[in-house]
Amino acid sequence: MTTHMVKAENVHKSFGHVDVLKGIDLQVAPKDVLCLVGPSGSGKSTFLRCINHLEKVDAGRLYVDGQLVGYRQAGDKLHELRQKEVAAHRRDIGMVFQRFNLFGHMTALQNVMEAPLRVRRESKAVARDRAEKLLDRVGLGTKSGSYPAQLSGGQQQRVAIARALAMEPKLMLFDEPTSALDPELVGEVLDVMRDLATSGMTMIVVTHEMGFAREVGDALVFMDDGMVVEAGHPRDVLANPQHARTKAFLSKVL
Amino acid sequence: MSSDTHPGGAPAGTAERDSEPIKAIPVRHWGQWVSAAVVLALAAALVYSVATNDNLQWSVVGDNITEESVLRGLWVTIRLTVLSMVLGIALGIVVAVMRLSSNKVLGTVSWFYIWLFRGTPVLVQLLLWFNLGLFFPTIGLGSLNADANDLIKPFIAALLALALNEAAYMAEVVRAGVLAVDPGQAEASHALGMTKGQTMRRIVLPQAMRVVIPPTGNETITMLKTTSLVLVVGAGDLLTRTSAIAAREFTTIEMLMVASFWYLVLTSIASYGQYHLERRFARGSAGTLPHSLGQRTLANLRPGRVHGDAR
Repeated sequence: MTTHMVKAENVHKSFGHVDVLKGIDLQVAPKDVLCLVGPSGSGKSTFLRCINHLEKVDAGRLYVDGQLVGYRQAGDKLHELRQKEVAAHRRDIGMVFQRFNLFGHMTALQNVMEAPLRVRRESKAVARDRAEKLLDRVGLGTKSGSYPAQLSGGQQQRVAIARALAMEPKLMLFDEPTSALDPELVGEVLDVMRDLATSGMTMIVVTHEMGFAREVGDALVFMDDGMVVEAGHPRDVLANPQHARTKAFLSKVL
Repeated sequence: MSSDTHPGGAPAGTAERDSEPIKAIPVRHWGQWVSAAVVLALAAALVYSVATNDNLQWSVVGDNITEESVLRGLWVTIRLTVLSMVLGIALGIVVAVMRLSSNKVLGTVSWFYIWLFRGTPVLVQLLLWFNLGLFFPTIGLGSLNADANDLIKPFIAALLALALNEAAYMAEVVRAGVLAVDPGQAEASHALGMTKGQTMRRIVLPQAMRVVIPPTGNETITMLKTTSLVLVVGAGDLLTRTSAIAAREFTTIEMLMVASFWYLVLTSIASYGQYHLERRFARGSAGTLPHSLGQRTLANLRPGRVHGDAR
């Protein structure tokens, strides 16, 4: 059963009285790219944040690489994981945020080196070497000494991707990575993501970029009102949506 | 960079078509000139009446300004200020982090600490520490015991009172700074697998500094003046020394002038230091840099400019 990188079984989440996730079931196979689409408020981002336990799941089960997220099962009892254990799980899951969230007091290079130095306790030489290679890979080898405030949105997001990759994750989560970018900067970030998908990274991408979903995605899940409405291959779902709500949404964004 | 390149479509010959700079007569602020004259006249009258006052012997002020015991008192004031600020800031950071922690015990303890030390006058705390021996005759653990009156010397009592009181204020300053850091920063750090402690030390606190520095400068300047309260326990600071001389020589006003002179020197130095610290930490961020008092005054003296508009 551990053939799935991510497996969600009837996942529920509510904030106070608002039910944000009302029973999500889905699987992501290793090396697949899953695109999560749907109107705002449909729970896509919340689901993504449950995967690395930034949000706590209220009911159901969520597994990453066969491991239960946030809890340890002993018999039929669930034990909450300690803060350090949660942190250890998160090492293997990279996340890219809509607002980049680069560390403002560090240069691009320091941003990428920070987690390997502190979390994996790597030597400076090793961390620096990999950070420089990763910045090269996202096309920012010459910007390693720049602070986030000196970089464009697209450049910041590419540094953020390099920062996540520095931990050599087995899964990458993208939370609307291009939504805060000027239109002409979207392409450079999507190029990096496309390259990453080609290299075999397992990715879950919350996005409104239907072109990217069609071209790069191995699966597409349409969510609305905290539920999975429709799922399938991106080309099929986008060309031939079955559900009325999917049709209505796609007619607005395509 | 782009100022020397004309945007496309500019008509040929634009460069030669010199636009004549506007030479307009600026608005005159006659009211300001009149009020400045009035203020100057009043200030001159005040200075004259103090300078020529027969009850104030300026020679006594001059003789005592560098008197040895006054300088020793000045040194005690500086040491007391620096030590209580260092201890206060260190403890304040600890209390602030406790206050923000999800651990309910730590949160409650720090809330109580702030409530207690901010809720009672520092003068009362000073007297309590000084008189600790009255209700805790001995201090110690097990066989390690000491007489409280031997341990709590005036300087120690003063340092304890000022530092512990300052920590309560600094805790609130640091807490405000931490809350001013975008929560996305901590989220990104957690997502990378960093623990809460690492996130606080490496990501949040360094970025809280910019918000924390200006009020800390104010706290330091306040502390310089608050140290004068230790007069009541005779801790040997500047005011203790000048008051002792005043009582001996019947030169109350003269010695208060001496004390005021040195306090003004110290606070001026501290303000200058704060100004440069603020500029340093404001680098790389958008927003205007604060002008020093000198720059503002100069700017205000230039005709036709109002309110330190130095550009």
